[in-house]
Amino acid sequence: MTWLNAILQGLLLGGFYALFACGLSLLFGVMGIINLAHGDFAVIAGYVAVVLVPSTGLPMVLGFLVVVPIFALGGYILQRTLFQSALRRGDPMTILLVTFGLSVITENALLQAFSANGQSLNIGSLIADSINPNRVVSISDISLVVLGVAVVLLAGLQLLLSRTSIGRMIRAVADDREAAELVGIDHRHVFGIAAAIALATVALAGLASGMITEFAPSSGTANLLFAFEAVVIGGIGSLWGTLAGGMVLGVAQQIGAQINPSYQILAGHVVFLAVLAVRSRGLFAVREAA
Amino acid sequence: MSAPGTLAPLPVLGAGGYRIRRSARRSSWLLGLGAGVLVLLAFMPALVSSGDTSLLVNVFILLTVSTMWNLLAGYAGLISIGQQAFIGLGAYAVVVAAIHGMEPFTVIPVSAVVCGVLAVPVAALVLRTRGGYFAIATWVVASTAQLVISSITSIGGGTGHPVPGLTSLSPTQFAHLTYWSALAVVVVALGATYLLLRSRLGLVLSAVRDDEDAARAAGTRVSLVRGAVFVVAAIGCGAAGAVLAVSQLQVQPASAFSVQWSAEIIFVSLIGGMGTIEGPILGTVIYFALQQNLAQHGAWYLIIVGAVAVGVAIWFPRGLWGTLARRLRVELFPVGYHVLGPPPQDSGSPT
Repeated sequence: MTWLNAILQGLLLGGFYALFACGLSLLFGVMGIINLAHGDFAVIAGYVAVVLVPSTGLPMVLGFLVVVPIFALGGYILQRTLFQSALRRGDPMTILLVTFGLSVITENALLQAFSANGQSLNIGSLIADSINPNRVVSISDISLVVLGVAVVLLAGLQLLLSRTSIGRMIRAVADDREAAELVGIDHRHVFGIAAAIALATVALAGLASGMITEFAPSSGTANLLFAFEAVVIGGIGSLWGTLAGGMVLGVAQQIGAQINPSYQILAGHVVFLAVLAVRSRGLFAVREAA
Repeated sequence: MSAPGTLAPLPVLGAGGYRIRRSARRSSWLLGLGAGVLVLLAFMPALVSSGDTSLLVNVFILLTVSTMWNLLAGYAGLISIGQQAFIGLGAYAVVVAAIHGMEPFTVIPVSAVVCGVLAVPVAALVLRTRGGYFAIATWVVASTAQLVISSITSIGGGTGHPVPGLTSLSPTQFAHLTYWSALAVVVVALGATYLLLRSRLGLVLSAVRDDEDAARAAGTRVSLVRGAVFVVAAIGCGAAGAVLAVSQLQVQPASAFSVQWSAEIIFVSLIGGMGTIEGPILGTVIYFALQQNLAQHGAWYLIIVGAVAVGVAIWFPRGLWGTLARRLRVELFPVGYHVLGPPPQDSGSPT
């Protein structure tokens, strides 16, 4: 039963990783951006919520959602200015250096403004509530909510990409930018939209992480590595793959932790490397990796 | 992207009076200047305080690992975020050897070779991937190495281990030996990179980086070439890690395997300019100049470092050295080819 619990906890953790990873997957899949500042953006979302929500007077969890449109707008602006200038150079290193610089700036600006102390988002009694079918298995409500949000978000994104005209444009630009330009699509605008969506999901991930655990200016990097692992295990170009990748990683980590608490992260890495050895493009890749 | 002058189309030698040279103008006197600097550096412990030499040791370590990273990224097109794996393993190789009674300074080359051997299976795994996947795979490998080393209690586990066998030296002897070891490692790293890039392998590397399919079609065994470069880079990083262990007198997994190494390496290499040997040298100088002048401002210093990275990426995509070298047409380490036109047109390039 303890093993069943470990697997269940792993699946829940996987939901969180998937939420974290889907923005990363989108930026990587559509624009070829390896966003090293992704984890730090999520931390910003946490701090924005901490600062902003008390002043809005909205009920707590609802108030947090104010952060999402702010991030979407920020994502569009960031893409149209800094990222677009970097992408125009046509060299993947440029964008890597830009996101790396943003990561360093963010981490240290937050350190300057809020100190290194951990913070968390106050969600009242929800943090302690859980479902307990028996004495061993305990499913916390908030992780279930996060998993639900991740699934709904991924399903929504999948629908957006496959059914709507903006989704078609995003896929067209991701597949062949020049051809898309030829039929009259402004790739800069489409990239902006994709970045807006990605940053909105980052905001959700940051809020989720603030509700589940603590965050501090430096906590972005660890989450970034796990999110990258989820994306690669799942395979680029597949949003459901990202969810599956997150869950594979989460379950591996929880089973590792069950064997020995210090093996949690190591077990995730081992599974990641095993996936690389067997299927180097990820388990569910639908497109050639960049 | 290609470095200035690399892989110019090669005309048939001698046909139509074309000649090919490997040196840009002004290279020879710059090389003389370099030799002078090297002699000066060798006598540095006699000229400056031990605080300054230990700063220079850190400069040499960062320059060594950045040169190795640049070899991978700038010449083989492999962007690694995991070179700290070999820095840490090199450092721990010194600890393990010293525990078994070996002299730490003489172990440095051995540690480098150990890292080269360990890099072979790692290369077989991570080179299955490309681009962003490769970057992430190397990062995971480094994190895995850290976690595995941290779980071995006989070498200190997560808290680290001192390097035994260094107490018999006087502080001055120790400072001088550390300095010369670091200098030797960085000179060998730069020299080996230069010779490697001027060799046949260097030519093949540029071919693979610029057009992998064409290189494959021409009969290059691409994965073998990439594997060889990965192993060379691991050897260099291992040597740097070994120097790090000695200079710090101890090794801690959290700092030896820190992803912060990759952050510094990327900063230094890209600021200076990828795909040139000179780039990381200039980048390292700039990095330490910023650090020495701004470090007392704490977080603000790193905010400035980040802003410099963004600014250089946008406005100087070739890096500062790349931009400078193009404008002034200088090369300190000429690894490219320069095709000189037939004699009548060859007015601007006296031989």
